[in-house]
Amino acid sequence: MFGLKFSRTRNTSDFLAAQPPPSSRVLRSSRTTLPIEITAGRDRSVAMELNGVHRSFGNQTVLRDLSLEVRRGETLVLIGESGCGKSVTTKLLAGLLEPSSGEIQWDGRPVSARSPIEKRRDRLRLGYLFQGAALFDSMNVYENIAFGLRENTTLTETQIREIVLERLREVGLAPNVGNKSPSDLSGGMKKRVGLARALAMSPDIVFYDEPTTGLDPIMSGVIDHLIVQTQQRRQVTSVVVTHDMTTVRRVADRVIMLYPLAKLGNDESQIVFMGTSDEIFHSTDPRVSSFVRGELETPERSDNEGCA
Amino acid sequence: MGLEFTRNLSVWRLRHIDLPKLARFRYSPIKNDRSPEFFTPTFIITHRSEMTLSTSFIAQNPDSVDPTPIHWFGRVIVDQISSVGDLFTFFGALCRCLMTRLPRSRVLWPILYEVGVQSVPVVCVTGLFIGMVLAVQSYDTLSQLHFQSQIGSVINGTLVKELGPVLAAVMLAGRVGSSIAAEIGTMKVSEQIDALKALGADPVSYLVAPRFLACFLMIPALTMLAEGVGIFGGWFVSTQIYGVSSHLFWTFSDRFVTAFDVITGVLKSMSFGAAIAVIACQRGFRCGSGAEGVGRAATEAFVSSFIAILALDFVLALVTIQLLKLLLALGIPVS
Repeated sequence: MFGLKFSRTRNTSDFLAAQPPPSSRVLRSSRTTLPIEITAGRDRSVAMELNGVHRSFGNQTVLRDLSLEVRRGETLVLIGESGCGKSVTTKLLAGLLEPSSGEIQWDGRPVSARSPIEKRRDRLRLGYLFQGAALFDSMNVYENIAFGLRENTTLTETQIREIVLERLREVGLAPNVGNKSPSDLSGGMKKRVGLARALAMSPDIVFYDEPTTGLDPIMSGVIDHLIVQTQQRRQVTSVVVTHDMTTVRRVADRVIMLYPLAKLGNDESQIVFMGTSDEIFHSTDPRVSSFVRGELETPERSDNEGCA
Repeated sequence: MGLEFTRNLSVWRLRHIDLPKLARFRYSPIKNDRSPEFFTPTFIITHRSEMTLSTSFIAQNPDSVDPTPIHWFGRVIVDQISSVGDLFTFFGALCRCLMTRLPRSRVLWPILYEVGVQSVPVVCVTGLFIGMVLAVQSYDTLSQLHFQSQIGSVINGTLVKELGPVLAAVMLAGRVGSSIAAEIGTMKVSEQIDALKALGADPVSYLVAPRFLACFLMIPALTMLAEGVGIFGGWFVSTQIYGVSSHLFWTFSDRFVTAFDVITGVLKSMSFGAAIAVIACQRGFRCGSGAEGVGRAATEAFVSSFIAILALDFVLALVTIQLLKLLLALGIPVS
């Protein structure tokens, strides 16, 4: 009626080539798009980078002169108090937010230097599990997972159906969950569906924004297991934002701790810790150790916490 | 916008609650006194007995001084101009998007149904009653002048030229505009819009374009429906209750309502539909955080759409009258 014309950024053969080999019953081609060797050799080249990034919302500055890198194949965990800018950092890395100043690089090339089409195409290499899963209310689980495939590929409905069912199996959900509405799901199921949706496009890098927040310890364990399993099976780079030190212990290759800007001096870096998960548990920095132990830093700080 | 508002709110409360104490004490909201943004409303109310503000803070934040009415008026004007500018920028983005990629049919059809078909009952009921009320009020006046036989011209002319398009637009703004703003606002608050971007979809293309097209395309039909039902209501009251001749009713209707009136009424309604969709979607995208933000976006969508409808109606009334005069001067038939 309206002469609908659709642009597709990936054709079927490209998409099929990007599917993971061992777990897929549908698509047998080898995965060609990932220059990652995680299990052997450990290619640790930089996949993403923030250089001197500032980000403000109105008059409130959340990130100041932040520089960090995400290496290929690693699981980088961002921790820190609420409001320190962890989620903003991941959204900047994923290109969902623009920095107020500074530079973001994907594969060594500034994001700002890419055309909108390039940016959109490159963003398809990223999967994002949102804090509240952010499932589309107007669609059922199946349609949620199929969304990215329908929007960006020329796969047939049969192929899409097989991929969706595969992803549901991968996150431990039965095929009949596909017919349910997001409002009918528990918190843990929502996170798993969110993960299945994030993985549907076979991303190279997966972002997990507080994947275990609000879940019981058993379900947190299940989600942590899925993060590790996804990383191992699909050889992705993972960026995890969390407050949960158990998750840090279970999934992290490298940990970065951010500190709220309001509690720092003008010349202090917002990154107060960068190291392995073992190192963070033995850190002597009071700001780090108090966070790891879940204790208040000083009596003075506790006063202010109560006020704010 | 949300953060800006919160900060301003906090400063406003600071001014009106704590000014007497500001000169006497110095207070650091956090111990190193580096972040004025930490003056949140909760903080100020809870600790107002101890609350003070450092002179350095006032020096660095001139906003913390009580505004004069001129300051306040200036800020309102600047905010309104920014808001209108933002609306046009948003409309520009929508136009770019419509020129490059039209919405998919499986996305568009449900929205056409929602906007068009589901608005039919409310448009019919309101149209019917407006037509009937118009007949009652007009008959009373016309009968005093012994012109009651011409009631059809009054009812038809009023409904086709003004009330039909405006009525359908107001119904659409109330029923659909608020709903669009609330829906998009909720999607923004729950990160669904970010999820769209993460999944490679353009939110303007996916959310705004189909809603714009639905409002733009469905409102002419709703307008004609409202006019038709309203005319029927007016005819029913005039002929069945007041005893006006049905023949005279339609004769005078035909004499005073031209094709030009019908076409301009429909075109007018399309501009109303476009305005409603753009305003509602823009309010949704600029929605503040939480349930309060969504509620405010829905209310603002309706109020702004209503004002836009009336303003557009005024402008278009002037334009159509000039156009009519021009056509008549050129000898082009308009009936």
